[in-house]
Amino acid sequence: MVSLDEREIVIRAIDVERYYYGDGDTVTKALDGISLDIYKGEYLSIMGPSGSGKSTLFNMIGGIDSPTKGMVFIDEIDVAQLDSYELAWMRCHKIGYIFQSYNILPVLTALENVTLPMFFAGQSPDEARDKGAEILKHVGLGDRIFHRPFELSGGQQQRVAVARALANDPVIILADEPTANLDVKTGQEMIELLHDLKEERHITIISATHDMKMLDVSDRILWIRDGKVHRLKERSELDIQVGHMDEEV
Amino acid sequence: MTPNRTVEQIPNQIRIPWNTAISLSWTGLKRRLFRSMITITGVVLAIAFLAYMTINESIVGALVGLNDPVLNASLQRHGVDVFSAGSLDQMLQLLIGLALLTSTVGILNAMLMSVTERIKEIGTLKCLGASDPFIIKAYLIESTMQGSVGSFLGVMGGTLVAVGVNLGNYHGYVFQVFPWAPVGRAMTGAFLCGIVITVVAAIAPAWTAARKQPVEALRIDE
Repeated sequence: MVSLDEREIVIRAIDVERYYYGDGDTVTKALDGISLDIYKGEYLSIMGPSGSGKSTLFNMIGGIDSPTKGMVFIDEIDVAQLDSYELAWMRCHKIGYIFQSYNILPVLTALENVTLPMFFAGQSPDEARDKGAEILKHVGLGDRIFHRPFELSGGQQQRVAVARALANDPVIILADEPTANLDVKTGQEMIELLHDLKEERHITIISATHDMKMLDVSDRILWIRDGKVHRLKERSELDIQVGHMDEEV
Repeated sequence: MTPNRTVEQIPNQIRIPWNTAISLSWTGLKRRLFRSMITITGVVLAIAFLAYMTINESIVGALVGLNDPVLNASLQRHGVDVFSAGSLDQMLQLLIGLALLTSTVGILNAMLMSVTERIKEIGTLKCLGASDPFIIKAYLIESTMQGSVGSFLGVMGGTLVAVGVNLGNYHGYVFQVFPWAPVGRAMTGAFLCGIVITVVAAIAPAWTAARKQPVEALRIDE
């Protein structure tokens, strides 16, 4: 195995700070100087209690929030330099998003949901339809492509979301608590699906999670506490100390 | 890794898919039928009023032009000033203006509420790569559709009532001098006016929607 240091970096955060300004002079430091390299094709889980800055960091490396200080590079592009068009382009082509509550558009069929990002990317309807059907088949929904979200179970909706995230062959998939609304079994299937995508397509998977099951498939686990990197471990280092994990998350 | 790679390789503009915007707006309208109906009703009433007023004036004006003594007596019985009929007096213009304004504010309110309702959907669209102009486009298309339907129904309603009332009052005289061209103009004008007020009322909500950050999609739970 190649050592981590030789691998290609897909996201680099340099001294990222993020403040939120409240009433008067109150300033909340959500992120307090985080530096982090995320490698191409790795599965990174971000853990941390609520209020730790986990979500803020997650939004930052997903290009949907920008740092107060410091820099974030996504696939070698400095996010802070992008205007709204370019940000939209980057979200469209480089990143696939998976949300805790699926965020499938309820008015569209499964196939229409998956093809929507392709239209944003300028693909023709024929190409989009064929590719969308193929991706849905790949995530195990080949017989559900014309169903609407309300006709699908939670697990199936989340699969549509995964298919939609894959629409434009992203470099990165960002999954925000992807298993939080699923039961144990469906959650496990979702984790396996994400893991397979990493293996087959070498997509970088970054997931904010509370789900211990997720740790089994992660290459590295990052703990955030008080806006700082608390720990960053490879799974191999972690296996020995499984008994202590609960107090850390 | 070469962090100095610049952003030049990113195309500056995403091709904005019209079909996608139209189908999204259309399905959105169908799904929120009740809300759309309320918005549309506002347009229907205002435009029906406008169409009724202008068409009625055209017909009455044409009847006065006949200068038939029997008809003039009948016109006067119905409160028509035979010397100044044919053009809307200032009071009526003010009334029409107020009706249109009320309707515009109503549509504005309904659309703003729908933006708040749909923050999550808008945020999701932006995460998927929708640009700001796409969101604006989708909202304007949606309001144009509502405006067209509402204006059409309003014009039809207003015209029917205007013609019906005048037929009831002046019977056959109406057919003798029916002012086709002015009535046609009034109908077209009222229709266009309906679309204009709906689109104008949608500009601010569409702008608000486009400015929403995608981070909202993650923050807000159902």
